[in-house]
Amino acid sequence: MHMADALISPVVGGAMWAATAGVAAYSAKKVQNDLDEQKIPLMGVMGAFVFAAQMINFTIPGTGSSGHLGGGMLLAILLGPYAGFLVMASILVIQALFFADGGLLALGCNIFNLGFYTCFIAYPLIYKWITRKGYSTGRIFTGAMLSAIIGLQLGAFSVVLETLFSGKSELPFGTFVMLMQPIHLAIGVVEGLVTAAIVGFVWKARPEIIEKAASGKALGRVSIKKVLAGLAVVAVITGGILSWFASAYPDGLEWSMAKTSGKEELEASGGIHQILAAVQEKIAFLPDYSFKVQEQETSAGDAEPEEAWPAVDAGTSVSGLVGGAMTLLLAGIVGFCINRVKKRNKAGAV
Amino acid sequence: MSNMIASLYNIRLLDELAEKTTIIHNLHPLVKVLTTCLYLIITVSFNKYELSGLLPLFFYPVIVMALADIPVVPLLKRMIVVSPFIIGIGLFNPLFDHDPVVILPWMQISGGWISFFSILTKGVLTILAALLLIATTGMTRIAAALGMMRIPKVFILQLILTYRYISVLIEEVGRTVRAYSLRSRGEKGIRFSDWGSLTGQLLIRTLERAQRVYYSMCCRGFTGEYNAGSEKRIRTGDILYFAGWSLYFVVVRYFNIPATIGSLITGVGR
Repeated sequence: MHMADALISPVVGGAMWAATAGVAAYSAKKVQNDLDEQKIPLMGVMGAFVFAAQMINFTIPGTGSSGHLGGGMLLAILLGPYAGFLVMASILVIQALFFADGGLLALGCNIFNLGFYTCFIAYPLIYKWITRKGYSTGRIFTGAMLSAIIGLQLGAFSVVLETLFSGKSELPFGTFVMLMQPIHLAIGVVEGLVTAAIVGFVWKARPEIIEKAASGKALGRVSIKKVLAGLAVVAVITGGILSWFASAYPDGLEWSMAKTSGKEELEASGGIHQILAAVQEKIAFLPDYSFKVQEQETSAGDAEPEEAWPAVDAGTSVSGLVGGAMTLLLAGIVGFCINRVKKRNKAGAV
Repeated sequence: MSNMIASLYNIRLLDELAEKTTIIHNLHPLVKVLTTCLYLIITVSFNKYELSGLLPLFFYPVIVMALADIPVVPLLKRMIVVSPFIIGIGLFNPLFDHDPVVILPWMQISGGWISFFSILTKGVLTILAALLLIATTGMTRIAAALGMMRIPKVFILQLILTYRYISVLIEEVGRTVRAYSLRSRGEKGIRFSDWGSLTGQLLIRTLERAQRVYYSMCCRGFTGEYNAGSEKRIRTGDILYFAGWSLYFVVVRYFNIPATIGSLITGVGR
């Protein structure tokens, strides 16, 4: 569910970066105030643990396939929401940098989707509520299971919304939701089972670890009121930024609407064959200079980024193709030359 | 097990590449982080049907890769591993978007294919940029750059610690999983009954390790600060590097260079 840069728009990426930075700054402040420095190595090593544990294959009974741990819920349970969120964020930073797993621009989205809902919604509202009367195997199981599933469902829905607002994918909202939610229900069940199994085991073997974490003694407790207030603020800011941008630039939804109407126009004016014929005619009969003039006009029009493609003429496409090939070739040649020069210099130095 | 070895290899490879001392490696990390960010924003900001205008952006990774002596193959391999998600989502575009677009006077394809290839190109560019940042800068210096950007110390400190301990813990988890698989013939993963005990024991061991790590840090004078040595000052060369690329990116964003070259060629050629 790691989003890639290629699928988001700068506005959505920026808005989610802002939201994530806000939550992270608040968490860092809480952690700094509440924690003794002993917990910093704990956070670091736990992050590395979750990173490594994500690679373990858990055989899913009766299916022959295997599932993986995400770890957001486990971190929230063991470290508390603030430290859990920061650790999840650093895991995602490393994955984005070293494995290109989720882009750097989409990092805000990914940290929010995988960290915020688990640490600040599912953990305080579900897990803490279910285990409020003390721990038992049953309560740990139910709490971990439900909170992992709901955390992932919210995250998956968030992915759908972010993709939709970005307007890069043509996937209709309904189809995307029907695609994402059931898949993440299955993933959430596995996540919940693994989390429940680990927390249950640790609670039996070393109950003080779980109890200490839950009491928020050293790791910071989260107040539900503050969570709800914070969530409302984030929602308003994000919504505000998104809607402002959505109206300033006809991006995403509105844009695709405009495109649909553009298509209707195109069909009404007699189909593509006629246009194609007209274009061929143009190319065959127009003298060089007017072809060039036409090009300059269209490339000047390109500065308008929302110029609809379907209304494009073949002149731009041809020159785009030829010029594109030339550009790539040139890029390749430049790279090759730099390498050659460097090698020669090296050989000269030896 | 194989994925653990692969990721260990990947981390070590990028670490080693970051140790080089080329002109790109010697640039100030903050400059490289900012250049990468700008590059990503510019790349992603292109209209979803824009394809030719994106291509001049290839100059950035190609030049950085060549100047920094970064081999292409490992980066491409990494790209192939991550691209299925981008392709998976992108492939819906040709399914849902049938608006015809004229490519050549005698050829047309649906707009969905154009936007699919646009997504794919953006994917290649953004992945390359992210990998090149880490391969030419390294984690410690990126952390230093984050510090200069006023990111909270707690976050940076535990980011570095997480990164430091990843290889240690991958090895430990790997050993445990290998031992388990040697004793459970024909199993592909961890059996349901062992999910909690295997991972839980690893977790307890990790917590104890964190305690030991903390004690040993204390023995070396840890007071909640991470001293990575002072980062060099930003020099004129760094500023020129950033300014040069910024100018180039902005020009590429507002002028479709390939279309201009193409129109010149097709105009002259006819």
